[in-house]
Amino acid sequence: DTSVLAGVYGPAEVKVSKEIFNKATLEVILRPKIGLPGVAEKSREQLIRNTCEAVVLGALHPRTSITTVLQVVSDAGSLLACCLNATCMALVDAGVPMRALFCGITCALDSDGTLVLDPTAKQEKEARAVLTFALDSVERKLLMSTTKGLYSDAELQQCLAAAQAASQHVFRFYRESLQRRYSKS
Amino acid sequence: TVEPLEYYRRFLKENCRPDGRELGEFRTTTVNIGSISTADGSALVKLGNTTVICGIKAEFAAPPADAPDKGYVVPNVDLPPLCSSRFRSGPPGEEAQVASQFIADVIENSQIIQKEDLCISPGKLAWVLYCDLICLDYDGNILDACTFALLAALKNVQLPEVTINEETALADVNFKKKSYLNIRTHPVATSFAVFDDTLLIVDPTGEEEHLATGTLTIVMDEEGKLCCLHKPGGSGLTGAKLQDCMSRAVTRHKEVKKLMDEVIKSMKPK
Repeated sequence: DTSVLAGVYGPAEVKVSKEIFNKATLEVILRPKIGLPGVAEKSREQLIRNTCEAVVLGALHPRTSITTVLQVVSDAGSLLACCLNATCMALVDAGVPMRALFCGITCALDSDGTLVLDPTAKQEKEARAVLTFALDSVERKLLMSTTKGLYSDAELQQCLAAAQAASQHVFRFYRESLQRRYSKS
Repeated sequence: TVEPLEYYRRFLKENCRPDGRELGEFRTTTVNIGSISTADGSALVKLGNTTVICGIKAEFAAPPADAPDKGYVVPNVDLPPLCSSRFRSGPPGEEAQVASQFIADVIENSQIIQKEDLCISPGKLAWVLYCDLICLDYDGNILDACTFALLAALKNVQLPEVTINEETALADVNFKKKSYLNIRTHPVATSFAVFDDTLLIVDPTGEEEHLATGTLTIVMDEEGKLCCLHKPGGSGLTGAKLQDCMSRAVTRHKEVKKLMDEVIKSMKPK
């Protein structure tokens, strides 16, 4: 039920003040469903942008800009992970050179330590801690992480392991959708 | 330097850094509490050259409609052009907004203050603590300095006693009787910079942050519980590397707690 629309524009012209001489300038704009973008959106934009910077081969397109615009269509939990997945697929669809794919996984820990992957908005609200990870496709390394709530070190490792196992499903979904897209046209 | 990255790599190969520190060593941390007399609470933290000052003002407000027994804590991180040439004057840049959001998350996640403690009269009056963190000198690791400054300033805040006068329904503030806030946990942030996907260094300076391929900030409280694991992109990390970071964060927490307790103890006789 959570859906995010992502559009990638680039490699395109970049303003002289923002250009980097040896790699592409990545920009991410996140628009919430209701209201004006605020500080929370800025923070999420930075997380997504830094994740993209780690995987996109910017050196192949110096002095250009690659802009990703995300519009939240509906939010029913696990929003940041959905944004990350949308961004990755949009970058692949745009043909932006990347060294790996990435996916977003959300984990919720409730008061008795039970792990729930991909929680709904209700589960997130009642959880003691909500952890969002971005994992890369090559070695399942942790690219980005952001957490809310209190949890212990052991629980973190447990969530990370569960997220790594779950990322397989997301990458399989990527592969299948891309196969479907390119087999028709 | 002509080739800053190569210059750094040569040092990192010998497991040390240009300023003489080990890879796991923090810069000299100094804290000065209660320096701003017009603020209800204040603290100045220096982490090497990075300087952050936190001032807390308490004001009245009506509690939120959906939580009539809670007050507010409103943090704001300001990175003025004064602290570094990379910031321009005008609306807060991205880095300041991200830092403000980070501090707000730390306050909320760690439950450093019970918002119910800030309520004076449920549904009518509550305290709102405006925490302004201003960076005076930017040399990397701003998040650690901000978290520490916030914690120290909150420990210094003294709220006057307020009673609601039944006849006039106005608040009666008694400045003579002040009480400290009830700080429940002590979150301490430890930041790392990742170099070349493998090397992790603690407490990066401004230049190291610029050359690093990724950063990681861990906020831990006394019982070893994590309030925040902030890793905004950058090179990948394995679970094992994270474990090393955790243990370093635990030792850092002890160092910081000891420092703060010493400073608070030296201030008490006032």
